[in-house]
Amino acid sequence: MIQIKGLRDGLLVSIDDASWELQRSALIAQVDAEPSFFQGARLALDVASQVLHVNDLVDLRDQLSERGISLWAVISESPTTEHTAQLLGLATRISKPRPEESRQFSVDDLGEGTALFLDRTLRSGTRIEFGGHVVVLGDVNPGAEIIAEGNVIIWGRLRGMVHAGAKGNRSAVICALDLSPTQLRIADEVSAVLKPREQPKPERARINENGKLQAEFWPAA
Amino acid sequence: MPAQVITITSGKGGVGKTTAVANLAVALASDGSKVVCIDGDIGLRNLDVILGLENRIVYDIVDVIEGRCRLKQAMIRDKKLPDLYLIPAAQTRDKNAISPSDMNRLIKDLRADFDFVLIDSPAGIERGFRNAIAAADRVIVVTNPEISAVRDADRVIGILEAEEKGPAALIINRLNQTLVKNHDMLSPEDVLDLLAIELIGIVPEDENVIIGSNRGAPVAADPKSRAGQAFRNIAKRLKGETVPFLSMDHQGGFWERIQRLTGRK
Repeated sequence: MIQIKGLRDGLLVSIDDASWELQRSALIAQVDAEPSFFQGARLALDVASQVLHVNDLVDLRDQLSERGISLWAVISESPTTEHTAQLLGLATRISKPRPEESRQFSVDDLGEGTALFLDRTLRSGTRIEFGGHVVVLGDVNPGAEIIAEGNVIIWGRLRGMVHAGAKGNRSAVICALDLSPTQLRIADEVSAVLKPREQPKPERARINENGKLQAEFWPAA
Repeated sequence: MPAQVITITSGKGGVGKTTAVANLAVALASDGSKVVCIDGDIGLRNLDVILGLENRIVYDIVDVIEGRCRLKQAMIRDKKLPDLYLIPAAQTRDKNAISPSDMNRLIKDLRADFDFVLIDSPAGIERGFRNAIAAADRVIVVTNPEISAVRDADRVIGILEAEEKGPAALIINRLNQTLVKNHDMLSPEDVLDLLAIELIGIVPEDENVIIGSNRGAPVAADPKSRAGQAFRNIAKRLKGETVPFLSMDHQGGFWERIQRLTGRK
């Protein structure tokens, strides 16, 4: 039930949807059986559709690290697990994406459609990548990054970095109650630094008729 | 009553973690609590120097974990405060000498005998930091009122949230009120606005802190030091007492209030 294969930059361990506890102990047993093979390895874990929480991954990471193995990526079909991995600063993609993940959004799909809703403040070091829209109910602090293929709406203060329309959609917009980002990007346009305002008002940033990234008050006066 | 295990961390180096641990330990131990501090900064130990216990080290934390001595043998008792103990870090090893589960085992053995276990975390977010927070019941994040320190504190708080370590508390260290007044330093409000966690203390900039660290006599034992008073107040808050906070609404009243608190002791 556990498959291990070599990658260019580490080992890829694939497990299936059977009980996480079983698979975890099986993996550790396998490592303990051949410690010299695993010593110093970088390990990517493909967990299929397992739903894993922070504690699960922290336990595994600690167990592996005690054996001299570093866990660097967790690949999953479950958004919860991906989210957990992102929180722990683990990669969620390896250089060669899985074939079934090439579910690309075309520009036309983005008028409406899938959104990721985050009900919390994104602190420094958090990186959210999503193939749709992103809505945050909370602040985006300096050092946090959001990369979305669609629009990004921040119901709070935006002080980090946001890239909307990351696959080239120039009609994507970025809205925030207080738009004071370290940097904004829409498609391939990058904003100059926006000055923090004395009295922040909701703003919307988009690419204007002249092809420049620009922020304006919302609703327009 | 089993001990409260508190880890003091910051992300950025040089903001005053070790000073905070030493001063809180002295303040708690002078106020009747039994305290042990653990230096988690293996390879770059300092806490022994600041507490003035450097020349008494025989065994260290790695000796305990690797079974070369019993836990009690590595615990150094303070000269002046009989309820204050230190478990020093090893200087000739590195962070990989111990693991989070070693830390959990060690602290389990200490809980029954103490009121407070204070762990001094190394800077950074790597192995040493993971070791230091593994057994914590509560985490205190120390920051300075400057952008880079606050940014790193934010990163650490994010990791603590992800590891489900509970809400962290914040110490703002080395606040210079004159600079704040002239808008040349972040105010406590600016810091809290970004970090959005519970504030447990503000420590004013005070040259006595440096003098005390060099002499191995933390300022918390000096009744005249303003920073010492701030650390004593934090120690009381850790014990669950309500100590009035220095006003942060109108900056003019800030020093008067500190002086009033100091005068009241």
